[in-house]
Amino acid sequence: MTAFTKKKSLLFWLFLAPVIGWLGLLIIIPHIDLLIMSLKAENDMGDLVWSTANYMEFFREPIYWVTFVRTALYSVITTVVTLMISFPIAFYIAKVASNKLRGAYVILLLLPFWVSELVRVYGWMILLRESGVLNFFLLKLGIITTPIEMLYNDATMIMGLVYSSMLFMVVPLISVMESLDDSLVEASFDLGGGVISTTWNIIIPHAKPGITSGCIVVFMLSLGNYLTPNLMGGKNSLWFTEQIYNQFIASFNWNQGAAFGFLLLLLSSLIIWFGLKVTKQTLGKVVA
Amino acid sequence: MNIDLSAKDIVKKFGALTAVNNISFDVPKGSFFSILGPSGCGKTTLLRMIAGFDHPTSGSLKICGRDMLGIAPNKRPVNLVFQHLALFPMMNVSENIAFGLHRRGVDKQTIQKKVHEILERVGLPEYANKRIDQLSGGQKQRIAIARCLVLDPTVLLLDEPLGALDLKLREQMKVELKKLQSEVGTTFIYITHDQSEALVMSDSVAVMQNGVFEQIASPRELYAEPATSFVASFVGDNNTWSATVSGIENDCIAVETDSNLHFKTRSKDNVSIGQKVDLFLRPEAIVINPHDVSGLNLLQVTVKAVLFDGANSRLLTVTKAGRELTVSLPQNRQYDYIQKGDRISLGWSPESGICFKREE
Repeated sequence: MTAFTKKKSLLFWLFLAPVIGWLGLLIIIPHIDLLIMSLKAENDMGDLVWSTANYMEFFREPIYWVTFVRTALYSVITTVVTLMISFPIAFYIAKVASNKLRGAYVILLLLPFWVSELVRVYGWMILLRESGVLNFFLLKLGIITTPIEMLYNDATMIMGLVYSSMLFMVVPLISVMESLDDSLVEASFDLGGGVISTTWNIIIPHAKPGITSGCIVVFMLSLGNYLTPNLMGGKNSLWFTEQIYNQFIASFNWNQGAAFGFLLLLLSSLIIWFGLKVTKQTLGKVVA
Repeated sequence: MNIDLSAKDIVKKFGALTAVNNISFDVPKGSFFSILGPSGCGKTTLLRMIAGFDHPTSGSLKICGRDMLGIAPNKRPVNLVFQHLALFPMMNVSENIAFGLHRRGVDKQTIQKKVHEILERVGLPEYANKRIDQLSGGQKQRIAIARCLVLDPTVLLLDEPLGALDLKLREQMKVELKKLQSEVGTTFIYITHDQSEALVMSDSVAVMQNGVFEQIASPRELYAEPATSFVASFVGDNNTWSATVSGIENDCIAVETDSNLHFKTRSKDNVSIGQKVDLFLRPEAIVINPHDVSGLNLLQVTVKAVLFDGANSRLLTVTKAGRELTVSLPQNRQYDYIQKGDRISLGWSPESGICFKREE
């Protein structure tokens, strides 16, 4: 090896060091620790020994795996709803809006995200609760006679999740749609295509990488969200992150909580792998 | 004669700008019609109105006698070959060609047959399963045309489709396109800023400038009998003089150029003595060292350079007053003796020159 290439490889490692340090200290080491923790349980004597009891517990107790499946299902629903709402918005901003307005629209989309998620969720609660703004006006207008509790149900929770993750779908969609050549859309119309066939055959295939990366981010964010399900869904929300929280904080059973954490990681990886397989994509292509 | 496309008093305004100003024309069935003009003259706007992507501010547009105003692009019997072709990169060659047929709900077997036929027609039968990015420029070109022709459009619109090709391929595609058009017999409307493309391929050419048609004529007529000074300067090469009318005879006029040369020539416009005119003269209308000088306009020049370009060779000459003049140099070995710096005499017949009133 010459002196120069030696120097270059030294530089390479120097630049890589913060990344490795970050990954190692904050992701890998804690996860190894959690993995070890999840595989240990107290025996009858009260000593910690190697065991799969924490994982068995998950399958034995229906409330755990029902919550688990429910969380996965609702995250998928959230992702699909977010995609369906974001797609036309992104198309409008990227292709229909004038250049001048485009920036303004993106800022309008970003604006709510300057405020913390907690405050935004409380904003929804002020709007929707029994003594909230919406009920006040509905009562005033005489549309209803007794206030309705709009919080603490699944629909509201999903709406909250969609709202809080929409930006992460719209932004990748806008960037992928900006790269769509207008003449492809025109060519499709010229050859006899309508709105639906053009969207299905031209726009969606073109936007596929953006759709996939947006879906991955939104799905992960929903699956791992704690705040929104907890506040908007209330006690009935049954979100899996709450189970993890309860194990760690309420029951002080870190071993059980670690096992749940790993199951959640496994679940999200599995669903994303499945999604990529179904749409015939690879992670490398989507990220690039 | 059947008229495939008839446009009447078409006007298109973008705010204060008038892109297309009161254009009327008819395109007969099966003809190759070109619209030739510099960039920004409104020709693409006109084409987009025919395709249905833009709507005229006023005027009427008929295809086969059917009014097209208010009819969406996907319902018109016209297809457009886009400037950058707009082949769908997410589909392979046969899917691209089949796209329009699928939209019409044609059954699978017919589609397969038609795709195969049209690929044979454009000479790429074994390319059905290639991806678009595996094709060369000329192949993409042919696929883009095939994708439209497979739908049997009444009128095929082409928006400078040869612009992106290199020179050699462009020359070749010109001939191929003309051949294809006469084989399939579809009406072609071809837009270009390249006069050679328009002249070689067209039955009829419209020269467009500032949103109006200056002249609609056959290529030969356009070249020999330009109707306006813009057409004379835009189509083909020309030597141009500024001159003043000094006398009027039966069928020709006498002019004095601003470098004090006296010529006899034809005039397209009615002129009176003292009228300022532009005089146009084709390089190939000039005879080098003429034997028989009777009736010719004569002038003495010095050869500044010999511009050898095969059949297109020219002499760059300069008059005493310092005025440059290009002269075609026929490559029949007759003029091989001419060298840089030689003094030669040039002659041209009064019928070859043409004058237009100077626009102030």
